Amino acid sequence: MNNNLKKINIYAIYLGAIILILPLIAFFINAFSFRWFYPQVIPKELSLQAWVRLKLIPKPGQRTFEGFIDLWASNPAVIKALLNSLSIGFLVTIVSIIIALPAARVLGLLNFRFKKLIIFIMVSPTILPPIAFVLGLNINFISWGFSGNYFGVCLVHLVPIMPYVVLTMTGIFANYNPDFEHQARTLGANKTRTFLLITLPAIAPGMVVAALFAFLVSWSQYLLTFLIGAGKVMTLPLLVFSTASSGNPALTAAISIIFIFPAILILFFTSKFVSGESGATSGFGKI
Amino acid sequence: MSKLNIKNLIKSFPSMDRPAVNNVNLDIESGELVAFLGPSGCGKTTILKMITGLFQPDSGDIILDEQSLLKIPTEKRGVVMVFQNYLLFPYMNVNENVGFALKMKGVDKNIIDQKVKEMLELVKLPDIGLRKPKQLSGGQQQRVALARALISNPRILLLDEPLSNLDAHLRDEMRDLIVTIQQKLKVTTIFVTHDQEEAVLLADKIALIFDGELQNFTSPKNYYEKPKNIKAAKFFGGVNFINAKKHNDNLSTNIGTIHYKGENYTDLNEDNIITIRPENIKLSKNNDFNNNSFKGLIKSVIFSGTHTRYKIIVNDLELECSLQSVGLQDIKTDDTIYVHLPSDKIWAMNE
Repeated sequence: MNNNLKKINIYAIYLGAIILILPLIAFFINAFSFRWFYPQVIPKELSLQAWVRLKLIPKPGQRTFEGFIDLWASNPAVIKALLNSLSIGFLVTIVSIIIALPAARVLGLLNFRFKKLIIFIMVSPTILPPIAFVLGLNINFISWGFSGNYFGVCLVHLVPIMPYVVLTMTGIFANYNPDFEHQARTLGANKTRTFLLITLPAIAPGMVVAALFAFLVSWSQYLLTFLIGAGKVMTLPLLVFSTASSGNPALTAAISIIFIFPAILILFFTSKFVSGESGATSGFGKI
Repeated sequence: MSKLNIKNLIKSFPSMDRPAVNNVNLDIESGELVAFLGPSGCGKTTILKMITGLFQPDSGDIILDEQSLLKIPTEKRGVVMVFQNYLLFPYMNVNENVGFALKMKGVDKNIIDQKVKEMLELVKLPDIGLRKPKQLSGGQQQRVALARALISNPRILLLDEPLSNLDAHLRDEMRDLIVTIQQKLKVTTIFVTHDQEEAVLLADKIALIFDGELQNFTSPKNYYEKPKNIKAAKFFGGVNFINAKKHNDNLSTNIGTIHYKGENYTDLNEDNIITIRPENIKLSKNNDFNNNSFKGLIKSVIFSGTHTRYKIIVNDLELECSLQSVGLQDIKTDDTIYVHLPSDKIWAMNE
């Protein structure tokens, strides 16, 4: 690659970053401003009013340590939704990885008839509009008693998550050499220790990436939570949507920040696994 | 010090139309260094994997010191395998790799450290304990893998193609190291190879395997002098084969009667095959031999350094003879020559 082309590439990356970051800046200003309307370039007045209305920051005069504790202890809707989203996300991530592990191993290491068909069926939730299957699923869930509760929401989140997790982990196992496990066995390691000492370190980076996908897909899930949860399981996306439709930009911006903040945090800590430089998707391949 | 008996071992895979291992019987004595020799895909590695327990045989038994291994899980067999590509654990350094087997046994850490040091000295790599496997050369990795395998005093050591991934000069070094260590520790060792020369140089005994079937199990010397069948003879460079019939305590062939002194005469079938190594055939322009001497015509002479190879036609039969180039008689193409097959050097086989 010649130098000019390299420069253009770098500028393109900066441009992309700016396009992604600009709206976030607008978000931040909006969340801490009072009535910021069109012709104004910057808001006239900064304010914490939106945060007060979300019951995350106490009213002026009560902003002491006790004031914060009292307010949060009153269990505001935002915190409830945040905890729901986090716990559903973690639970679903762990369950999806446990389910995907054996499936990915078989798909990555073995060749058998109808393998492509099985992969296609497994990936189909990503190309099918969720509304197409969730309405049918809802009827079953109602009759099984899964509708409108936490368990049902977790279960339905697995539908869009599994394809990502299985495919990512299949990639790891495609480059994985099971002889390492055999070697450990002949050296006296039993099956459990072989898994913990040999298999797990090899697939861990890829598993982090798969977990990241799983968590983010669950985190941003609106429609499935809305229909299966039947309004009884409140998560952050539901709260964001209902707030946004109320038409208060400051409030919407504030709650959106709460919504994207954990996602950014997780991306930040796992980015080294996502970039192609680590052995994330290579198993034992990149040794 | 362990003795291994393999009895009627059979293993099939659904993807193959013949059994991968077909009715193999082997008795390996304690402390022996045995080679499994055969072309790739002949089932030799499959047998190793059955000994370690990574495959279960369809039928037959594997007995180590009078005790069947089949019901014992891999990690409790005391059988350690060194794989062809060494498979050092990439997340551990050399010390951790070598000490792995002892750690699995729950040995005290100080003892492990000391033993690791001993093993690394044994394979002549004392100062690399803190390196990661990818920082080592192929030869070093191989030696670390050997140290890792030997640290727990295995009852059987299995080596899968131990020299195939090494350069020529490293190969000689590694071969010497394997022999030295094996003799020092007296561990019963089986190694797999497709290289006939490697097997001859290393092994006390060679098991020759073709298409899943054991052809012959004997010392390297016997493969040259007393092969069991044509396949075994050919694999070890045998080129001269003469069809023969039993006749009055001798063998009659279409080039004439051949006197035979081999101890297996009574075991021979009516129809059998005579073989002789090219280097054991003698040539003379004058017929100065007593028996087993036949008149032939030189078809070609090929000088190949220390030896010169002759192809001789005797009664439509082509024989190949290899003589030391030093002090050679002047023999040219189309010369008439007398070919002598010394009766103590010829060997007859059933098939």
